[in-house]
Amino acid sequence: MESIKNIQEEIVDEFSMFEDWMQRYEYMIDLGKSLPLIDESHKIEENLIKGCQSKVWLNAELNDDKVVFTADSDAIITKGIVAILIRSFTNQKPQAIIDADTHFIDEIGLKEHLSPTRANGLVSMVKQIKMYALAYQAKLN
Amino acid sequence: MIDIDKIRKDFPILSRKVNGKPLVYFDNAATSQTPQQVIDVIVDYYQNYNANIHRGVHSLSQEATDAYEEAREKIRAHFNVKHKEEIIFTAGTTHGINLVANGFSSLIKKGDEVLVSALEHHSNIVPWQMLCERTGAKLKVIPMTQEGELDKLAFAELFTEKTKLVFVNHVSNALGTINPIKEIIAKAKEVGAAVLLDGAQAAPHIKADVQVLDVDFYVVSAHKMCGPTGVGILYGKKDWLEKLPPYQGGGEMIDQVTFEKTTYAGLPHKFEAGTPNICGGIAFGVALDYMNEIGFDKIAAYEHELLVYGTQELLKIEGLRIYGTSAEKTAVISFNIEGLHPYDIGTIVDKLGVAVRTGHHCAQPIMDYYKIPGTVRASFSFYNTKEEIDVLVESVKKAKMMLS
Repeated sequence: MESIKNIQEEIVDEFSMFEDWMQRYEYMIDLGKSLPLIDESHKIEENLIKGCQSKVWLNAELNDDKVVFTADSDAIITKGIVAILIRSFTNQKPQAIIDADTHFIDEIGLKEHLSPTRANGLVSMVKQIKMYALAYQAKLN
Repeated sequence: MIDIDKIRKDFPILSRKVNGKPLVYFDNAATSQTPQQVIDVIVDYYQNYNANIHRGVHSLSQEATDAYEEAREKIRAHFNVKHKEEIIFTAGTTHGINLVANGFSSLIKKGDEVLVSALEHHSNIVPWQMLCERTGAKLKVIPMTQEGELDKLAFAELFTEKTKLVFVNHVSNALGTINPIKEIIAKAKEVGAAVLLDGAQAAPHIKADVQVLDVDFYVVSAHKMCGPTGVGILYGKKDWLEKLPPYQGGGEMIDQVTFEKTTYAGLPHKFEAGTPNICGGIAFGVALDYMNEIGFDKIAAYEHELLVYGTQELLKIEGLRIYGTSAEKTAVISFNIEGLHPYDIGTIVDKLGVAVRTGHHCAQPIMDYYKIPGTVRASFSFYNTKEEIDVLVESVKKAKMMLS
């Protein structure tokens, strides 16, 4: 299993190839478009994180001792960032998720999308990821 | 015609860059930019005569009081208010609405009806819902049409002898529709209901004459009309303002205070508890001077030209739909592109230096009506240009290309 830190470093590497914001955003839009992020049956009210601007759905399941996240958004740029966050946190042990941070988002120049005032649902999504990890950690102990 | 080059030089912010591109500011319906003349008066106030008003005998306090009251007089003249004391300084439109809604708690009873329109901003819905919850009155909604207009056929029937209050925005913030306020006021008069007009979106474009309109309450915010944030006014007919109880208790709003009983000050001070936004009020007066010097007729004509041009150019983009297609509207274009989310379009055009608003614009009922999550809203002001609209159109095209 690759560590969250390694995955995040990989993502930073990928993004460092891009010369300007447009290439970064095009890549992110592609990520958003290409990933079948969530099973339709999980796109339900209980999994919905409401932002003022865009919506995010997040589903979590425990697979042995690892948390598997799937997610989606109605806005494609938000969805691209959702894809990056999911890649970084899914299929990891709860404690690893609890200990991890999201500084890599700043490093790849997408900081504004994780601003609490942006109201796109992403900040709440990160909080929710951590909450699931805490809950599953308690369950495993 | 207005001298656009001269006007643009008055607004320092218009020459800055955003994300490396020249700023194109099309979020004027959220807040307008500030001309140097207004910035200067704010600096001058703090450099030369900052003092508390209405209570000091010293010279600075007198100067500040005179300037503040002079601003009230300018506002009175602008809206053609009969008595100066009918102008209450507030923290803005929302504050003014809450002041009236709160006051009516003691004048409304169970079984009474309160009318709002489907085109309202949340700030002109929630205070009335709260009022209805407190009093047991019923909130009724004037429905809207696909064009983004109030449904005239439906609204006549909604006015009954039970109707006590009617709240409508003069201009819709989300769509720019200019509402048929004369008809609404006439209908309300027939049944003896009071009318409050939310003028926040109208005041920057249309000079309202409250005596000709014969409206009971009119509320505006300074920051939408080249003034600072945190200040606005409530106009209320004297009879109503005398009937309404004070909203907040505190200094300045009292006549005599003992622990047994307090008697309140007369108008307008009864509603102006505490130290107000003195500098903001003075600056609001200067902002009105600035706009009046250009002339509201000229402003409206020029902005209409921008609206027509912007509508025509944006509609050339395939799949673009404009929400709010009334013939009577201010320079607001609310739109979506088929298959794209407004948040994505807003994010990309921001990268290209264009500031637009995205989302539900605090008017969720309108978005629910159209069954959309929100729109992209470009709102123009008299300091914008057709060249800037070209930049917007190119940016939207670019966003469409990237996102499709």
